[in-house]
Amino acid sequence: MYAFDLERPTTLADAIAALKGEDAQALGGGQTLIPTLKQRLAMPAKLVSLAGVDEIKGICRNDAGRLCVGGGTTHGEIAAQSDYPALAALAGRIGDPAVRNRGTIGGSVANNDPSACYPAACLASGATIVTDRGEYAADDFFQGMFTTSLAEGEIVTEVRFPIPEAANYQKFAQPASRFPLVGVFVARFADGVRVAVTGASEGGVFRWSEAETALSSDFSVGALEGLSASAEGLITDLHGSADYRAHLIKVLTGRAVTAAA
Amino acid sequence: MTKVSMRVNGKAVTAEVEGRTLLVEALRGPLGLTGTHVGCDTSQCGACVVHVDGKAVKACTMFAAEAEGAEVTTIEGMANADGSLGVIQQAFQDHHGLQCGFCTPGMVMSAAALLKDNPKPSEAEIRHYLEGNICRCTGYHNIVKAIQAASGQDVAIAAE
Ligand SMILES: Cc1cc2nc3c(=O)[nH]c(=O)nc-3n(C[C@H](O)[C@H](O)[C@H](O)COP(=O)(O)OP(=O)(O)OC[C@H]3O[C@@H](n4cnc5c(N)ncnc54)[C@H](O)[C@@H]3O)c2cc1C
Ligand code: FES
Ligand code: FES
Repeated sequence: MYAFDLERPTTLADAIAALKGEDAQALGGGQTLIPTLKQRLAMPAKLVSLAGVDEIKGICRNDAGRLCVGGGTTHGEIAAQSDYPALAALAGRIGDPAVRNRGTIGGSVANNDPSACYPAACLASGATIVTDRGEYAADDFFQGMFTTSLAEGEIVTEVRFPIPEAANYQKFAQPASRFPLVGVFVARFADGVRVAVTGASEGGVFRWSEAETALSSDFSVGALEGLSASAEGLITDLHGSADYRAHLIKVLTGRAVTAAA
Repeated sequence: MTKVSMRVNGKAVTAEVEGRTLLVEALRGPLGLTGTHVGCDTSQCGACVVHVDGKAVKACTMFAAEAEGAEVTTIEGMANADGSLGVIQQAFQDHHGLQCGFCTPGMVMSAAALLKDNPKPSEAEIRHYLEGNICRCTGYHNIVKAIQAASGQDVAIAAE
């Protein structure tokens, strides 16, 4: 690791101010950033740890019934809530217990790893990502592999999830990394079904709109018959080809529908 | 360099650390507690698991300065007061839950965290909880047995 200063502010205002410095970067749970620093793939001059900022931690329901999850809330805490069971189940299968005790939802959505789990939950739920500077609909926030709407030094303070009538996340784990090789989140709302796919596309998390249309009129596995996810633009790597991933998308969508129905 | 103060295995300690000093480096270096191992550079093996404020964390994936004021427990804190092996450690010995022993500190710390939350875990729960602890020797069966034994349950696993 290159040398850097580590600051530990205890208020959001101090964290925002500390991040104004040149080459300053936020540190969430460090479960992605610290391995990245070890590989010298990042070289910030200063890290601003958000772990002491209590204002951005915790989970509650707002007046609109949405589940409001602070950006500094850990996967373990999200796994323990019972308001949104499909989200809890997703969080409880990220990495392993030690990763879940440190890693945060804010760090995960800010990083937007093409195989991360939360981006699928955010997109399928139609979540809102709240920062110190504004709010973004999930549909606008995730802009492709490791790319989001966040500007330099912008902090994810909260993620607000509308809670669907029924939902399920299916993760086909890549056994060595335990990240999803493909993950599909299906969420049924009164006004329609949303299906979000992670792990599969060169463009990062995306919605499978044909499946959404079919499932919105008939929420059953049968509705997916005759559909096939396109392999175009999907990832081919040593773990699986684009065709294999396309196949998995349909299989996992079907499993998610069965589990949610 | 900055000073970090914490309690490690019940004792107040201070160490001089840089911003980039990992918790595991502070434990193994200035604090001389070499029981906590480093098995990888990618946060995947779990050899470095310790408890920080009662929660299992990878000491290789947390900065020492972030442990300021924290209560840290390492494998050195798992023995009984008279120096004899603690229940989980003894069960690992009795059930041959280690061979080279490199993964064992992390396995024991993860097992202790599991049993604190879930005193009678099923075999499947034990295996799921240990997903982040990699052992290149044992094939895991005897580790699972040791944890079953440490939790006071019958030692029986489905694979046999
Ligand atoms: C062994 C292992 C297995 C894993 N398996 C999975 C898995 O199955 N699925 C999955 O989704 N993830 C997985 N992860 C990744 C894990 O979920 C990380 O915790 C997460 O990606 C990053 O969150 P963090 O809080 O640790 O962020 P950090 O690592 O601290 O930061 C990541 C990035 O986000 C930025 N950042 C952090 N917090 C904020 C914030 N509040 N606002 C703005 N920017 C911020 C940082 O500057 C950095 O660029 C795994 C990790 C490990 C080590
Ligand atoms: S040393 Fe491998 S996970 Fe910490
Ligand atoms: S006993 Fe050798 S790595 Fe587990």
